[in-house]
Amino acid sequence: MYDLIFDPDLCLHCRTQACLTKCQYIDIDGEAAQKEILKIARGEDSFVLHECATCYACEEYCTFGNHPFYLIAEKQEVLGISPVPRPLIRRAVNIGIPFRGQPEIKEINGPVLNIGAFSELKHLIQGKLFEGITPISTDERKMFHYFCQLMYLHYGRASVIKERLPGIIETIAKHKPMELICFHDECYGAYTSYCEAHGIDVPFKPIHFYEYLYNRLVELKGMIRPVSLKVAYQRPCSSRLSPDKHLFVGRIFDLIGAESVKREFVDENALCCAGAIEGQKLEGSRKRAAKQQQRNVEDMKNAGAQVCVFNCPACFQTLGEMVARNGIKPVHMSDLCRLAIGETPAGWR
Amino acid sequence: MALKDFEYGDTIHRCFRCGYCKFPVNWTDVNNCPPYARFRMETYSCGGRLWLARAWLNEQIDWTEHLAEILYSCTTCRNCEIKCPLRFNVDIVNMVVAARSEMVEAGRLPPAVKKFLENIELYGNPYGTGRSSRSAWAEGTATEQYNGHEYLFYVGCAGSYDARARQSAKALAQILQKAGISFGVLGSEENCDGNEVHKLGEKGLFEVLAQDNIARFKKLGVKNIITLSPHAFNAFKNHYPAYGGDFSIFHYTHLLCNLLRTGRIRFSDGIHAKVAYHDPCFLGRWNNEYETPREILRAIPGADLVEMEKNREGALCCGGGGGNFQIDLLGGSENSPARRRVREAHETGATILAVACPKCLIMFEDAVKAEGIEEKLSVLDISEIVAKGCGAEGST
Amino acid sequence: MDPIYQSLAAIVDTEHVSNRPEELYIYSFDLGTAEPHQPDYVVSPVTTEQIQEIVRLANRENIPVVPLGGGMSLAGLAVPLKGGILLDLKRMDRIIEVNEKARYAVLECGVSQGQLTSYLERHYPHLTHSEPGAPPAATIVGNVVIHGQGDLAQPYGFNSDMVNGLEVVLPTGEACRFGSCALGARWFTNHPLPDVGLFLGWCGATGIITKLSIRLLPAKRIRGVGRFVVDDEELVPEIMYKLTHTQMAEDIIAFSSAIPPFASMLQHFTVNIAADSEKELEMKQEIIWDDTLGEYIKKGDGAYLGFTRNLERPQISKTSDYKKGGGFEYVGSIMPIEKYPECYRKGREISERYNIPYTVTGRCIGAAHSMMFAWTYAFNRADPETINGARSALHETDRLVLELGGVIWKPGAYGQKLVLERLDPNTRELMKKIKGILDPKGIMNPGNWEIP
Repeated sequence: MYDLIFDPDLCLHCRTQACLTKCQYIDIDGEAAQKEILKIARGEDSFVLHECATCYACEEYCTFGNHPFYLIAEKQEVLGISPVPRPLIRRAVNIGIPFRGQPEIKEINGPVLNIGAFSELKHLIQGKLFEGITPISTDERKMFHYFCQLMYLHYGRASVIKERLPGIIETIAKHKPMELICFHDECYGAYTSYCEAHGIDVPFKPIHFYEYLYNRLVELKGMIRPVSLKVAYQRPCSSRLSPDKHLFVGRIFDLIGAESVKREFVDENALCCAGAIEGQKLEGSRKRAAKQQQRNVEDMKNAGAQVCVFNCPACFQTLGEMVARNGIKPVHMSDLCRLAIGETPAGWR
Repeated sequence: MALKDFEYGDTIHRCFRCGYCKFPVNWTDVNNCPPYARFRMETYSCGGRLWLARAWLNEQIDWTEHLAEILYSCTTCRNCEIKCPLRFNVDIVNMVVAARSEMVEAGRLPPAVKKFLENIELYGNPYGTGRSSRSAWAEGTATEQYNGHEYLFYVGCAGSYDARARQSAKALAQILQKAGISFGVLGSEENCDGNEVHKLGEKGLFEVLAQDNIARFKKLGVKNIITLSPHAFNAFKNHYPAYGGDFSIFHYTHLLCNLLRTGRIRFSDGIHAKVAYHDPCFLGRWNNEYETPREILRAIPGADLVEMEKNREGALCCGGGGGNFQIDLLGGSENSPARRRVREAHETGATILAVACPKCLIMFEDAVKAEGIEEKLSVLDISEIVAKGCGAEGST
Repeated sequence: MDPIYQSLAAIVDTEHVSNRPEELYIYSFDLGTAEPHQPDYVVSPVTTEQIQEIVRLANRENIPVVPLGGGMSLAGLAVPLKGGILLDLKRMDRIIEVNEKARYAVLECGVSQGQLTSYLERHYPHLTHSEPGAPPAATIVGNVVIHGQGDLAQPYGFNSDMVNGLEVVLPTGEACRFGSCALGARWFTNHPLPDVGLFLGWCGATGIITKLSIRLLPAKRIRGVGRFVVDDEELVPEIMYKLTHTQMAEDIIAFSSAIPPFASMLQHFTVNIAADSEKELEMKQEIIWDDTLGEYIKKGDGAYLGFTRNLERPQISKTSDYKKGGGFEYVGSIMPIEKYPECYRKGREISERYNIPYTVTGRCIGAAHSMMFAWTYAFNRADPETINGARSALHETDRLVLELGGVIWKPGAYGQKLVLERLDPNTRELMKKIKGILDPKGIMNPGNWEIP
């Protein structure tokens, strides 16, 4: 089994304890934060393990790259402190089980776009932006062979990730991708941050979806007509695993003439969609999630956003209808980019 | 042919006959499958057709003319594919077409279908009219024979021969001339595009037509093709590439919309009427183009675009697809799809029913007369409306 | 020329009468596992008068008449077991009247579920009907006549409890009306006249319902589905009981299925919630998820899976493709809710024995007065072995229903036999008398509810 590479010494010498002091869900000062994170590292119980919203943000806050969230998720499992009720864990663990036979493996020897467990969103990877790259995992029946498994961090089940992820990597590697463009932040985070933190070998080069989109848009610059829309970005949890790629959001918006509205909950201070919170065991979770969603959407509205841009399909599912109800158009980033190059996006009318 | 050798032998039994395929997207009624709407017997529903085709291939029932008519009454409108919730839905029309191919192979076709195909084989059109009159529609226009022009205007059989559809072909030519578009036609050298032949299951003849057309287009150096008919558009765009036909294909509405956007044509005259637009199947459900024709209609001064309840992917087919504009297995009743459709258009209060397909034009022109509402509802092709509005009408 | 065909064509028209092999073939089938039986004629009438004439003709000629609605019962209830005239009633599809203030609709017998839902959405968005889980092509009358239930069964009961009046063509050809409409009044109630309700649950064996007045129900502006999951089936009855106590929910369904894997061995609930305002919605959600089910969440025994706005139309036919095979059939039962755990466990056992991925569903009817519990078995229409397997599983399940103390819902021929064997002898005798009086020649849908 793979062990998390976590160094408590880094926490001991950390002056900010940003992992917890910046946390939007826990009220704690620096001194207490250090105490708690070290307790967790030692395998002791901590209130943090019970109250964690599993938003991944501490992975970004920690400037040492010491993976506090991976630690929390791992210790939740070891100590039997699951953030969500038992049937939800069982359900989630079942979701990732492939049940429609083996995937068809074709060697590609070129750039590959992995759509992971979102085959039903094939319509989002159409058009000029995606010419020349071969998509994999486009068959809904086989998509769980390509499921990065990182979702189980929300369920305090790191063991499932460690057990299944190497097999998934092996399946992808069989396609012989020269580069693996990850449709979802979460996959990218899995094959970069998570694997690195656990010493899991990744025999291909993962590329962040936005980095790909940005470079492709630069190639197609002549086709771009500014979309002239005021946009808010719904930053997903898993973006916290690759904060260095988050800057491509702004770069893409600049390139396609989208005006990023000035809002409170943005970048490091972004609010998660709360989809993971509403099902948690902690009393009042449903209401907590609903309130957070309301704050988030109000913030977009007050900032004058016309469009809410998503990367994560789960965020889209959780918040899409709500933002639409509030007069803001929900749209996936790739669709917005398609609009900019004069194509008719799949979800745009 | 045994079921085991049938191209869709491992799929055709998967239809449950749950009947979603009878509805439009908004569930208004069970009349959105044209043959079922016409006859209202389960045999004529999409599921009935698939079950019967399977029973025939499985030798559970014998071939009869009635069986063949049931199979050929499908207009290949794809409403069933939009509505069917099952995974094989993308192949429903393919299964019908493949079963028809088996009938073609067996040489057992309804007489009207046989005649339709024979005419195309002999004369290059389903009407059985000589090739020499193929260019008669252009009389009075200064349309040129294609000779390295920027665009080839492919008129198609209906636009070339049918008296009503010719008017739309002429109107389009006049607009293109007024806009200064460099285009030419093939005149008597034009041959059927084969879309209907393909859908009728005569794959051999389709191949001959496709190869012949592609060779002609290539020989002439054609790069861009404008089609009057969405049927030809579909054949060129979706079937010809498999035979090496890699041309840029435009349905004429694409071009008109672009001419309007860039100001190369402008409206000098409005129409001041309520206009209902009917989505042709081969532009809409087959090629996912719903908005461009509407954009053109909205741009016409005074035009009040209204929607029929069944619109876009929920539109009721005119009943003319799959060769039925000529074979006519769905006519002869107030329940004929075209008559139902013009009643739907009339109910909106529209005085103009706009179409973007010569087959729809023919079907609805007859239907308004049969319904006795031709004074209240004019059936016009978008080309005709635009030609009038921009003063191209009558120009040469 | 066949004289009966000619008579039928004279009553209707030639386009809607057939004795050609294609129509006889298609109308010989049910969508489930029932063996096909060909009719001699297929007729699609368009008026009550035409039906009366056809029934009189059938009496004269002594040939069976089998009425068919959407043909979605899956239990073979409209298979012409003894041939005769198959009446496809779907052309009689007029929505005759919607009385907004008294909340009812008068419909012809061929009106489909989809048609009424769509009509109400467009013209009376604040009214709805209790739509069953069947495909939208199922008819309203067909569903009522088999005692169907819909997505408002929890607050309002069976769809057959919502009948405000009927027009029926009797097996001897007379057209009779029942309810307030029989007095020439509006079709607003089926009470308080003497009870002559002899047509529901009879599968058309005592007459053909040609018109129906059905209660319409308030449709709130926001309707959506909340989801909850538990891993212990023993918790289902008490959760259903508690949910019904809140009187805050519309539909309450528990289900479990082997495919897709997320549903396997878990009990999922869908709870429909409706509200006219965000305030009302939040109040209901709070009472349901926080106050009523909060204890399960806190203990870690149950989980809230979120609330989705808008109701999706049932896509039950997807089940037919589990074995890539175009078919499924289920045994439905009306069962005390406390039996859920046993129903689930025994159902899984049967499915596993026949190598069919298990699918079970329990829909709450009334304030937990009962549930419709269904065991579904998919088969491959191209593989006779899987059809036989499913049929055996269905028969085994029919027996299970009675062993568990339930009642088989819309039983097919096999289930009807089991029921009649166990039925109180006096009741059976009364049924026999009723059938004999109404249908002296035994022409109506013979093979159904026949008592020797």
